Amino acid sequence: MSRIDKKFKELSSKNEKALIAYIMAGYPNEKATLSSVRGLIKGGVDIIELGFPFSDPIADGPVIQNASTRSLAGGIKIDRFFKLVKRIRKETDIPLVLMTYTNILYHKGYSKFISGAKKAGIDGFILPDMSIEESANYLKAAKTKKEDTIFLISPNTSKKRIQKIAKASSGFLYLVAIYGTTGMKTGIKNYTVKAIRDVKKLVNGKIPVGVGFGISSPQDVKKYVKIGADAVIVGSAFLRLIEKTPSNKLELKISSFAKSLKRQTRVS
Amino acid sequence: MKYPKDGRFGEFGGRYIPETLVPAVEELEESYLKFKNDKNFKKELDYYLREYAGRPTPLYFAKNLTQKIGGAKIYLKREDLLHGGAHKINNTLGQALLAKKMKKKRIIAETGAGQHGVATAMACAALGLKTEVYMGYKDTIRQKLNVFRMNLLGCKVYTVKSGSQTLKDAINEAIRDWITNVKTTYYLLGSAVGPHPYPVMVRDFQSIIGKEIKQQMKRIPDTVIACVGGGSNAIGTFYPLMDTDTEMIGVEAAGQGLKSGYHSATLSAGSKGVLHGMMTYLLQDKEGQIKETHSISAGLDYPGVGPEHSYLKDEKRVKYHSATDAEVIDAFLMLTRTEGILPALESAHAIAEAIKVAKKMKKSESIVVTLSGRGDKDVEVVQDYLEKNVKNR
Repeated sequence: MSRIDKKFKELSSKNEKALIAYIMAGYPNEKATLSSVRGLIKGGVDIIELGFPFSDPIADGPVIQNASTRSLAGGIKIDRFFKLVKRIRKETDIPLVLMTYTNILYHKGYSKFISGAKKAGIDGFILPDMSIEESANYLKAAKTKKEDTIFLISPNTSKKRIQKIAKASSGFLYLVAIYGTTGMKTGIKNYTVKAIRDVKKLVNGKIPVGVGFGISSPQDVKKYVKIGADAVIVGSAFLRLIEKTPSNKLELKISSFAKSLKRQTRVS
Repeated sequence: MKYPKDGRFGEFGGRYIPETLVPAVEELEESYLKFKNDKNFKKELDYYLREYAGRPTPLYFAKNLTQKIGGAKIYLKREDLLHGGAHKINNTLGQALLAKKMKKKRIIAETGAGQHGVATAMACAALGLKTEVYMGYKDTIRQKLNVFRMNLLGCKVYTVKSGSQTLKDAINEAIRDWITNVKTTYYLLGSAVGPHPYPVMVRDFQSIIGKEIKQQMKRIPDTVIACVGGGSNAIGTFYPLMDTDTEMIGVEAAGQGLKSGYHSATLSAGSKGVLHGMMTYLLQDKEGQIKETHSISAGLDYPGVGPEHSYLKDEKRVKYHSATDAEVIDAFLMLTRTEGILPALESAHAIAEAIKVAKKMKKSESIVVTLSGRGDKDVEVVQDYLEKNVKNR
């Protein structure tokens, strides 16, 4: 059983949903990433998504674009990222998921990249531009290393595709809440509510459904949990906080924001 | 490859896109397949190409240039004479008409040099569609005439300040818009790039170039030459001639030289990767990050290339060469002075190659160069270059 599977099992026994936090590795520097991770853990976050920057992040809004640019300018490299993950892994057993774009893995070679990530302590991958039709080699490499492949679906994904994608997914299924890029504050749309209910019904408990994109406040988390999300993913809101917080207060600020979100994941 | 069902040219192409866009490209492919052989659609497109855009374009024998070089006969396929001043209108009329059939009300596009943006704005004005265009900040400066033209045509131009502020980033931003407005919006891509079915569809709309060349030449030319950025005028030139034994040469932008690092010669110096929804050759660093490119011509300033070109390169069916900024300026001046034709700097890359190869060929042999656009938009850039490089000339 993977770390992610274990986490969902543990949460379910406590009648809780998962809070997943996304931060960009190396933004604004690697030390800040360490402090942020410590804050997230103290704040009770269940799974951490670490972003590795790509020069052309087409699924991301301005906040993550900016963080990507800054992280790359700070000189982050794949090797240094893996070292950073190893360092984090020494301190915690929390599930760590890597979110980046297909070319980063493809260019290094799926097998080579995935085994490096596995060794460092990464549990799974989220690639927003990896469609199921193109995923054969990626899936094979990930399965060999027993790493989770978290695919994304959208409110306009057909039932047939959702089933196909759910089959290829492990860890959880990532439902993009809105039509848009990351960090867009649109409020909760009716189509999202419907999508969550439809997807939950369709996968029928075979895999947890995480909801992300545009979720930024405790109120949002509360509503999504109530609608039936098994996990709620918050990203840009953490990056905005990192942007405006001095480094000596980072761990504290992140942990108190995370706590305020986590409080809303109990199923009442 | 006639119509690759899975959107693959060998290992290239495909669909590497956010899931939100999957229904949109599926709808697009379905509509395209439905209309591409539809009698009425073809009739309507033919009408606009002929009466509005000015097809067929002449195949001009460049006698003075041929004499000056003293080798093979050089013919120019005059896409620069089309409405708007470039081959781009072939594709925008086709796609805008398709968008209308699909009942899409809002059109978005990216543009580099501004030629595709202008051609989109024109086609959409003619067909009564609302257009918004994304353009890199750097390109809005060096091609500001085209920004003004788009504005005059009633098209909103968004300046893109992310990344390298050129074509690549304009495409990123257009894709983000498309993800956000996927239900209402048609993305009118300007080159033979992007996720399937764009590379095939754009090729098909541009194939009118090669088809006309075939009809206009008494015998099949020995060599055809076209410039390659994304590669739409080149694939439109080459594709109908694929089953002949014509030598085909695509010319990329070598900028300040392939070794300088300041170039956009993706096929000559790139490696395989995934960008903008496709697997293709890319200019990227050791970590898979996309490199910033350079070319004196904004239209070739792109780190990727159409996936079919990647395939044709690996299959060795087409040769891909490159021309430096300096060679391009020389070619620009030579064509201007010998023939009285100002080529777009993009097209001047193809002229530069023709000058190189014509010398080595027999006088009885023939070359067709696709002159993809006219150079009025570039006079400032050329003037600037000549002033800066006056000592070297």
